[in-house]
Amino acid sequence: MSLKRIDLLICCGSGCVSAGALKIKEKFHEVLKEKGISNEINIIETGCMGPCDYGPVMVIYPEGIFYRSVSPDDVPEIVEDHFLKGRPVKRLMMHDPKEQVLSTQKDIPFYQKQVKVALENCGYIDPESVDEYIATGGYEALGTILTTLTPQQTIDVVKASGLRGRGGGGFPTYMKWQMVHDAKAEQKYIICNGDEGDPGAFMDRSLLEGDPHRILEGMMIAAYSIGASKGFFYIRAEYPLAIKRIKLAIEQARGFGLIGENIFDSSFCFDAEVRTGAGAFVCGEEMALIHSIEGSRGNPTPKPPYPAYKGLWDMPTVVNNVETIGNLTTIFLKGADWFASMGTETSKGTKVFALTGDIRNTGLVEVPMGITLREMIFEVGGGITNDKKFKAVQLGGPSGGCLTTQHLDVPVDYETLKEKGAMMGSGGVIVMNDNNCMVNVAKYFLDFSVDESCGKCSPCRIGLKQMYDIMERITSGEGKDGDIEELQRLGEAIKQLSLCGLGQSAPNPVLSTIRYFRDEYEAHIRDKACPTKVCSALMHFDIDKERCIGCSLCARKCPVNCISGSREDKYTIHQIDCVKCGNCLDVCPVKAVNKISGMHQEVLDHLNQPIEEEDH
Amino acid sequence: MKTLTDLKKIREKAQEEMKLRGNNVRIKVVVGMGTSGIAMGAREVMKAFLEEIANRNLTDVLVTQTGEKGLSSMEPIVDVIDEANQKVTYGNMTPDKVKKVVVEHIVNGRIVSDYVVATGN
Repeated sequence: MSLKRIDLLICCGSGCVSAGALKIKEKFHEVLKEKGISNEINIIETGCMGPCDYGPVMVIYPEGIFYRSVSPDDVPEIVEDHFLKGRPVKRLMMHDPKEQVLSTQKDIPFYQKQVKVALENCGYIDPESVDEYIATGGYEALGTILTTLTPQQTIDVVKASGLRGRGGGGFPTYMKWQMVHDAKAEQKYIICNGDEGDPGAFMDRSLLEGDPHRILEGMMIAAYSIGASKGFFYIRAEYPLAIKRIKLAIEQARGFGLIGENIFDSSFCFDAEVRTGAGAFVCGEEMALIHSIEGSRGNPTPKPPYPAYKGLWDMPTVVNNVETIGNLTTIFLKGADWFASMGTETSKGTKVFALTGDIRNTGLVEVPMGITLREMIFEVGGGITNDKKFKAVQLGGPSGGCLTTQHLDVPVDYETLKEKGAMMGSGGVIVMNDNNCMVNVAKYFLDFSVDESCGKCSPCRIGLKQMYDIMERITSGEGKDGDIEELQRLGEAIKQLSLCGLGQSAPNPVLSTIRYFRDEYEAHIRDKACPTKVCSALMHFDIDKERCIGCSLCARKCPVNCISGSREDKYTIHQIDCVKCGNCLDVCPVKAVNKISGMHQEVLDHLNQPIEEEDH
Repeated sequence: MKTLTDLKKIREKAQEEMKLRGNNVRIKVVVGMGTSGIAMGAREVMKAFLEEIANRNLTDVLVTQTGEKGLSSMEPIVDVIDEANQKVTYGNMTPDKVKKVVVEHIVNGRIVSDYVVATGN
């Protein structure tokens, strides 16, 4: 037997895996074997460490050295210099803006403002090892609850903690539990909602992949307090690793007797199984999700009756989001008071966000509720890439809204965000710089909702399509007076009349961008100009004759042959034929090609010409 | 597993396996693994430490490595650092000497003055 001297933690979250983390792991095995030191070093696959932008990332203990953007070619150097000679490879470490090396994980500003509750073990333990989970205090909360607390006392602790649903709505968790606890029925169910579908959101996936036992234990705590003996994990089929790890966790727990009859010698019996969803966004809605588990089509049905009274197979059911469940064990281990000490008056604890977009540190972060958007975007997120200016942030995905620079000092909590026209949502945060056209962004999210609408109720099915058509017209230069008002009228009607949360929130991206960027909509409609030059119909390319050297490169690269000229006369773009591919801009050696907002006069004149009738 | 005591037993064993990531370290052994250290057999010395510590089941001792220590004539060089951050530097180490340092210094807390080249920070 030999003592291990190094723990090498390789992040194997989906981001790092697609960046090549598994190849790196193989390479480490190979090189360590070659050097004959395999038995001195533990190679551990962990869940997501957070800074996905820098993947593949790894942490090396005992020093806690953090390496970023590692490639298989770097492996021999790490083994030779770091593992054998004790000289960490500075080249692969993070740097601060002043080019100072940040060698260990705790030095990196990205981690400093974060408070990890649900993500506590994510990126620190091997998610496939139940031992490592137990080493960090796993199943202690469950054991203590089963042996010392009654279900009602358990609910009271959650009530005192102020925990609210992390899936978007923010419904107090204890209230759902209380309703099901009080209901009389032969069978009750607990469902863990892992049907995460917002573009740019991957909090639930990371939790399921990175710390599956925590979610299982949390689910069992919920099950005990409401009197359920059966739980379902509803996870979408696009998350194969999450499904695999939850299934493994269930089997491991069964092996330890943590799942089954009379757990911890109490009267509590529990079993769980995984149901995979086919990836319909609407199945994140609890009624649609329940129908999907029952084997029916994933359509929402009117509420009430709420699932707490008539849920899965008409039995009282609690549906909790993955992250909500992920907070439970820590609340019981560290106390409800500790949890409630973080956050604002109405929103307690922490929230996991998936930072994406034009931001330096994209990835997974967990911050206390009430943090300002400024802190989240500029301190944790590291600010905007390429020295661009911050323009807007989209919170809550296709159901949420856009906020602007004037909201940077707004605290992030359920109520404030709602009041400003966005929502907490499940935690997707898409940061945009001033190159983004807000009309186009809103159109993108609306397109998503149109696609994902299940079609059961007409406000959502027909109304959203109507809104989308108007947006389509506006961005292609055919907007007309009254379009903005029509969008607002439709949006408000859809919000009020739709059957489920999808339709009730789908107009938000359009309504919030109209609220904060009305001038951009007006420029599109009235001036036929896209101020950010994103909408191709509302911008054009032009050649500056003063700068043009007549090299003809642009004309040769033009796919539609719409550029002509000569060395003497210089070159001209024939605007009517131009397809706005931008090749000319890319190839011009003297930067004589400009991107200009608005339609070209030539095109406007062409459009205004009366259509000539053909002779017969 | 039926009781919290059972769980605790599993936890303690598992924490043992994860101690490199934790803070529960009484003594840190740092082996100088620069070019000259390796040339003089620092790897053998480190292996000896790892084996000896594992055999004696010393759970609160950590073995790690560093670069060139600057005392090339005394290689292999090893620092033994205690909780109070007091450092004892041993020179000209061999696997046999390692056994003695483990028994005398790490287990019984008596510095093996014959091998010491420097103390303090």
